[in-house]
Amino acid sequence: MVALKTFKKGGVHPADNKFSADKPFVKAPLPKMAIIHVTQHLGAPAKVLVKKGDKVKTGQLIAEASGFISANIHSSVTGKVMKIDNAIDASGYKKTAIFIRTDKEEVWEDGIDTSEDLVKDIPYSPQEIVEKVKKAGVVGMGGATFPTNVKLTPPPGKKAEYLIINGVECEPYLTVDHRTMLEKGHELMVGTKILMKALGVNQAIIGIENNKPDAIEYLTKISKEYEGISIQPLKMKYPQGGEKQLINAILGREVPSGGLPIDVGAVVQNVGTTVAVYKAVQKNMPLIERTVTVSGTNFSNPSNYIVRIGTPIKDLVEFAGGVPENTGKIIAGGPMTGKALSSLDAPIQKGTSGVIFFPDEAAHRKPYQDCIRCAKCVSVCPSGLEPYLLMTVTEKQMYDVARKNHITDCIECGSCSFICPTYRPLLDYIRLGKKTVMDQIRAERAQKQKK
Amino acid sequence: MSEVLLNSILTLGAVAVVSAIILYFVAQKFKVEEDPRIDDIEEALPNANCGGCGYPGCRAFAEACAKADNLDNLYCPVGGNDVMKKVAEILGIEVKEQRRQVAVVRCAGSYDHREHHNTYEGPENCAVVHQLYGGETDCHYGCLGLADCVRACNFDALHMDEKTGLPVVDEDKCTACGACVEACPRDIIELRVLGKKDRKIFVSCVNEDPAGPAKKACSVACIGCGLCYDACKFDAITMYDNLAYIDDKKCVLCRACVEVCPTGAIWEVNFPPRKPKPDKKKSAATAKKAEESKQQQISSQPINISDLPKEEKPAEEKTETKQPESNRVENKSEENKNENNENNN
Amino acid sequence: MKDNKLKLVISHSPHVHANNSVKKIMYLVILALIPELLVSFAYFGLGALIVTLTSIASAVFFEWFIQKFMMKKKPTISDGSAIITGLLLAFNVPSNLPIWMVIVGALVAIGIGKMTFGGLGNNLFNPALVGRVFLLISFPVAMTSWPTPGGQNLTAYTDAVTGATPLGVIKEGIKNGETIPQLMDKIPDYWNMFLGHMGGSLGEISALALLLGGLFLIWKKIINWQIPVSIIVTVAVFAGILHAADPNKYADPLFHLLTGGLMLGSFFMATDMVTSPMTPKGMTIFGIGIGILVVTIRVWGAYPEGMSFAILIMNAFVPLINMYSKPKLYGEVKRNGK
Repeated sequence: MVALKTFKKGGVHPADNKFSADKPFVKAPLPKMAIIHVTQHLGAPAKVLVKKGDKVKTGQLIAEASGFISANIHSSVTGKVMKIDNAIDASGYKKTAIFIRTDKEEVWEDGIDTSEDLVKDIPYSPQEIVEKVKKAGVVGMGGATFPTNVKLTPPPGKKAEYLIINGVECEPYLTVDHRTMLEKGHELMVGTKILMKALGVNQAIIGIENNKPDAIEYLTKISKEYEGISIQPLKMKYPQGGEKQLINAILGREVPSGGLPIDVGAVVQNVGTTVAVYKAVQKNMPLIERTVTVSGTNFSNPSNYIVRIGTPIKDLVEFAGGVPENTGKIIAGGPMTGKALSSLDAPIQKGTSGVIFFPDEAAHRKPYQDCIRCAKCVSVCPSGLEPYLLMTVTEKQMYDVARKNHITDCIECGSCSFICPTYRPLLDYIRLGKKTVMDQIRAERAQKQKK
Repeated sequence: MSEVLLNSILTLGAVAVVSAIILYFVAQKFKVEEDPRIDDIEEALPNANCGGCGYPGCRAFAEACAKADNLDNLYCPVGGNDVMKKVAEILGIEVKEQRRQVAVVRCAGSYDHREHHNTYEGPENCAVVHQLYGGETDCHYGCLGLADCVRACNFDALHMDEKTGLPVVDEDKCTACGACVEACPRDIIELRVLGKKDRKIFVSCVNEDPAGPAKKACSVACIGCGLCYDACKFDAITMYDNLAYIDDKKCVLCRACVEVCPTGAIWEVNFPPRKPKPDKKKSAATAKKAEESKQQQISSQPINISDLPKEEKPAEEKTETKQPESNRVENKSEENKNENNENNN
Repeated sequence: MKDNKLKLVISHSPHVHANNSVKKIMYLVILALIPELLVSFAYFGLGALIVTLTSIASAVFFEWFIQKFMMKKKPTISDGSAIITGLLLAFNVPSNLPIWMVIVGALVAIGIGKMTFGGLGNNLFNPALVGRVFLLISFPVAMTSWPTPGGQNLTAYTDAVTGATPLGVIKEGIKNGETIPQLMDKIPDYWNMFLGHMGGSLGEISALALLLGGLFLIWKKIINWQIPVSIIVTVAVFAGILHAADPNKYADPLFHLLTGGLMLGSFFMATDMVTSPMTPKGMTIFGIGIGILVVTIRVWGAYPEGMSFAILIMNAFVPLINMYSKPKLYGEVKRNGK
């Protein structure tokens, strides 16, 4: 057998700790009070359509996309709008959210098919599909939360050749995509066909890392029923789930610096997103729930849940067994890219793929020392950058040097901080530098446009 | 021996003469005609090269001054009016006197006033934390206390107060160059002009949350109630984002707003104590205790008390004012302490 | 409820770490140096032991002293980097060097070579080599009288019987007009050299033991293969060309590879993380530079051995190499005129 494919440049091997891989999805109870933020996606906040005191049904549109990159927000519960106020989210900042108190009885918005029956026929045209996806407020559920309908409309003059479905799930602990592939295989396949139709491509490849042999086997088996879909097992390496890394691993192509995957003829969608697209198109189901892994080394019952969006993390954790003793850190998302939560009041959002507990002894940063120039960060960087240099120049506010050294190409995967033997906070500073440089570039662009 | 000596002297001397001649002609050929006043102006400037004037270094500022017709838009914050007068003299023009500015930290959320709910770990850098999350307290607008401004200051005018976790401006050293304003990721520090006798009144809060959360996060937050807005007769106060803002150019330092602020978010600095009002409720003992705590406050916040009276009597009486609204910034810690006492009881 | 009492730690991602540390790296390097240390004990006995222990002890002491009293910060001697400097310094001096010279060497290595730059990570030059070159220039006689291996020297120290190194023999011989084939008879055969049975600094003699340690480090990914391989290949090619041009005047490549500090230098000194380039491309340039300099100094220079000088000279070029050997960007776009 030939060596398994993987991406070429850099990468690390964190312990994968997938404790919940064999735990089927459990439906989490409805929240008493759903807190639904109007910014759960990249881009402009959605415009609130309801007001205090309004009655809303499950699946009803409560905030509408504003601008090209933005997404619709739907109520995930049936109930009454209590207030529209600032609420803390996983980012640690307060943002506008709609508070909905849940009624006892659930009433669904008209036209939503809540049955579990598989619908295989796709009678819609590509435009209709994109429109339906947009209406349902589907965003990338791997964590980037980029509005899916935007990805399905390639800029004029560019044509997609391949659809890549991201079933890599390279983040440690997380198992939601794995379980989705096992439990929702057919939905995934139909979702893939829908996306293929929308993009007008004949070939779709599902990339799965070889630590999920059962998913590879099962999907390979059922993919025979669906034309044009193939399964590509991949060698485990972080950050293979990164869009650019996955394209490199599967197609051997490199997305040009500063470009988009479509520039090399590829569109990447996450497994969870694909299932959401299936639901949106075939069942008129807006994105109101998502899959969440609750796990951790000190957590007694690592499991996977289907959770309504807006459920406070506190409620979910309570249902899952409560916060374990000696917890020092709680992470929304995976441990490599997730955000440490400052408050459990933050709700589950469209991009929250996991809640991970860290015991106190593993929660702390070690004090950092001077760089010993071991060059490990350079060798693990999947973007081919020099993290040690980028951190130093950001620290010294030499942003022009950072820009010259392509700080904007950083994908914030965290491989450099992960590997650094002196525990330097490389990514902490690089994020700051990247943001500052991005702001500079945007300001320059705006100025140019003015002229 | 002497021959060697003579030879070397002659050779070296010849080299020196030839070099001098070459250098002279080169200097003549490449001479740059420059306004001689630029050098004079540069001489007069503080030469701190801080960029506070908006020009890259003192030389550039000097060039700008030499070119300009008037000095209305040119001001060296470090040198102040004295230096600008000298510059004007060199140029032979008039200059308007500008009021002195200093950096003002608009956050009073010390450890006592803001509860810390989580622990940040990572580099000691405000900008990094600001990008990460709201901060250790519930106030997502206030000072992060990791001293980006202190590091930015070239004049040793900013220091972290370990007791409060907030930066303190040394007004004598502050040159209003604006480096700290740039450095603060939360735009807490502002340059404000000082009134006569270096007095100033400002809202020491930047929390844009509505009253409830703001007050919950920090006991001295501006809650946007608008009482000061109503109290101001000079149109100096504007309200936006649940915050009051006092325009330092319009403020006449009447202190009406300070009196009405329910949370003590409006600070008055360098004022003499108010006239005492009689009060019977508080016992002398409480007042004394409060006085003690005020002494502590004095040591930790030197900027507030430089004009405080030497004798203790009026200050003591001042603490006995009837309404809490009229408590002033200097009394804040007393208030707090009293509150704490009540809570403990 | 306990939730209310939770005081969570917040930090930027990633929240997990590979759990490698400077300490781990340093102790693996020390482990890799053990075989050669044993060989030196076997051939030089007591002298090797005294010099090694003195060197390590004084290097660690000076590091601790300078950090504690002059830099006023928490000493970091437990990370093992001072032990390595001490050990490598000992490896680079003859086993009969007086104790006080070893101590002076360690002081220069740690004090001037490392701490004046700000400590571990900031030094431009390899500290052990700075110490070694300082000793070589200050005490040329003591530094170039090499005890002969084995025999009575096992129990001797400063009174050990000395002899020339193979490199010294060749250098001297060529100067006196002898030819390489004649000189080859005066030095040990290649197999003995490979095992380490020859005169030299106490840690540079056995190519075999050094090769073992070096391969171990490459396997453990502590060092990159680019530096040692590029040095060895360059030396072999360069010396090979010279040898082919005039076999009577220039020794063959194998001789160059097995003698002097070449193996020690290419696996342990040139690969020092702090003072070597950051990218594989840069490392290759660095190695080629060292290879050319070594042969140049050995063949045409004043000293019979040039490894330390070659590495130090190339150390000085590292910042420049770093600037011009950027790693290849993912998705690098070739723009016109840029």
